[in-house]
Amino acid sequence: MPPIAVFMSSTLVLEQLLNGLQFGLMLFLLAAGLTLVFGIMDMINLAHGSIYMVGAFLAASLVNVTGSFTLGVLLAIPATAVLGMLLEITVLRTLYQRDHLSQVLATFALILIINEVVRIIWGSDQPLNTPTALSGPVEIIPGLLYPSYRLLIIAVGFVVALVLYLIVSRTRVGMQIRAGASNREMATVMGVDIRRLFTWVFGFGAALAALAGALLGPLLAVQVGMGENILILTFVVIVIGGIGSIRGAFLGSLLVGLVDTLGRAFLPTLLREIATAQVASAVGPALASISIYLLMVIVLVWKPTGLFPARA
Amino acid sequence: MPYFSAVSLARNANLLMAAIISLAIAFPFLMQSLGLEYYVSFASRILIYALAATSLNLILGYGGMVSFGHAAFVGIGAYAAAIMIAEGVPSALLGWPLAMSLGALLALGVGALSLRTGGVYFIMLTLAFAQMIYYLCVSMKSYGGEEGLNLPTRSTLPGLDLKDDIHFYFVCLALLAMSLFLLKRLIGSRFGHVIQAIRQNQTRMQALGYDVQRYKLICFVIAGAFGALAGALLVNHGKYVSPAMMHWTQSGTLMIMVIMGGVGHRFGGVIGALVLLGIEELLANHKMAWLAALYPNYQQHAMLGVGVLLLAIVLFAPQGLAGLLVRPEPPLKSRQ
Repeated sequence: MPPIAVFMSSTLVLEQLLNGLQFGLMLFLLAAGLTLVFGIMDMINLAHGSIYMVGAFLAASLVNVTGSFTLGVLLAIPATAVLGMLLEITVLRTLYQRDHLSQVLATFALILIINEVVRIIWGSDQPLNTPTALSGPVEIIPGLLYPSYRLLIIAVGFVVALVLYLIVSRTRVGMQIRAGASNREMATVMGVDIRRLFTWVFGFGAALAALAGALLGPLLAVQVGMGENILILTFVVIVIGGIGSIRGAFLGSLLVGLVDTLGRAFLPTLLREIATAQVASAVGPALASISIYLLMVIVLVWKPTGLFPARA
Repeated sequence: MPYFSAVSLARNANLLMAAIISLAIAFPFLMQSLGLEYYVSFASRILIYALAATSLNLILGYGGMVSFGHAAFVGIGAYAAAIMIAEGVPSALLGWPLAMSLGALLALGVGALSLRTGGVYFIMLTLAFAQMIYYLCVSMKSYGGEEGLNLPTRSTLPGLDLKDDIHFYFVCLALLAMSLFLLKRLIGSRFGHVIQAIRQNQTRMQALGYDVQRYKLICFVIAGAFGALAGALLVNHGKYVSPAMMHWTQSGTLMIMVIMGGVGHRFGGVIGALVLLGIEELLANHKMAWLAALYPNYQQHAMLGVGVLLLAIVLFAPQGLAGLLVRPEPPLKSRQ
């Protein structure tokens, strides 16, 4: 039997597929809010990662205060949403009419500000553990033990995605959001109060970001700067999916989540087949990190406005 | 705001320029006589960042190309210079031109692929390429990998001792002055006029028969080369290189400098680097009694002040600090 087959037994592949799915769904929670903000208001919001971080910190301290993981997370979500809406009303609203450069700069300034404010309030990190009831693994198929907490994340991710899809595609508000994303002026002329709608969309996006931060907190770490790396991944997702499109964000998230996770898990092993072990262990992780950016470049060369552009 | 006549404005500008140049030349000797050698090294850092920000200002301000990956060019120049030193070829006459060539080459590749797109997609593509270079450098285990690499020495230049902070300061000053002079000649040239016209109305320039993509690409390559030169200097300054130099927040910091100073203003990058690094230094390393009275630990949170100031500049002084001092011509709104 060739060594590659040993490394890539089917349970391992399945486990990594689930990990990729779980990461992709969390990316989707972040990307959904960001792509709507981007699509409707043509606004680059780098501070979305900071909202995710604030959500995670709020969840960590509320879990600590209430003693219940569920209650803490459920309280952190509306709290972050309110903070997000306040941010929109006070600062971001003035940026819609400005060019992308000003938006990048102002929201970059917000990253610096929010990072330091979080550091002043909570310090550089906060402990947040998986709830004890979900700390053990479950056997989903014979021979494959999978952490139950990650299964919960997958379930929550799917439920939220479904709810979001129903809201956006089946409700009146969703219709207004889609109209706003495809042509803001026209939607305004047809009587949609885009400004007010947008404050709510922003709050909703902040709530989803907080949910992602709270759920990923126990897996990654609740620390200052946690939003910065995932923010870039989220931007890659929405550019691949097509700016303003929820469907695109969903597909892009799963694509990026799977490519990133599978690349990290298997690229070094695969490389060992064609190169020396030294080269493979050095280049493999780098190639895995690069793979999603390559994916984005390929998608943009193939479809310059992403997979599902929202704008006509 | 009072309007000066063009003649008096020019005379004032010349006087101001002469004063600034004399101050820049006298500065290291002044600091040395006061026993404040640290500030010579700090000023060199400002000069280097001024060079990097100025190179970004060429594409951002004059060319209208919002590149979010400029740290990649700084980084590749830094690694080229560092690897030359680490491999025992410390000559700056070899290492720095090599750094610039590699920066230009990278810019050629990145530009050729990204400049076809515009707007947000250009921002994202330049960012993506910078991230790729970042991870490539993380993977270079023999040159320190993620931790980075300490260098035994600085580069060497015949006739100068770069290990001496004052010598190094003057090399940085000379290179920055040369770059600013080149920038002046470039934007005053036919090429510079075409580039600025493309920023103002690309479709029109295309209709007039200009090869818009080629002009933009050349502009991008020049900026890449000078960004790499700044990287080579930065490595020499700290005798240290690491992938952190090209993290995306570094690209953001360079953009901040340009915006703070003034987009498309010749000294925008210099002013921005001076103000940003100056404020950081002031907040982090100099205890001010009145601020400490407000919040004792404020020095650990210097970036809060930087963030608030930056936000204020973006919201209330969109032309940057240079725009507050002189208001040349109302910039034409670029059409995305």
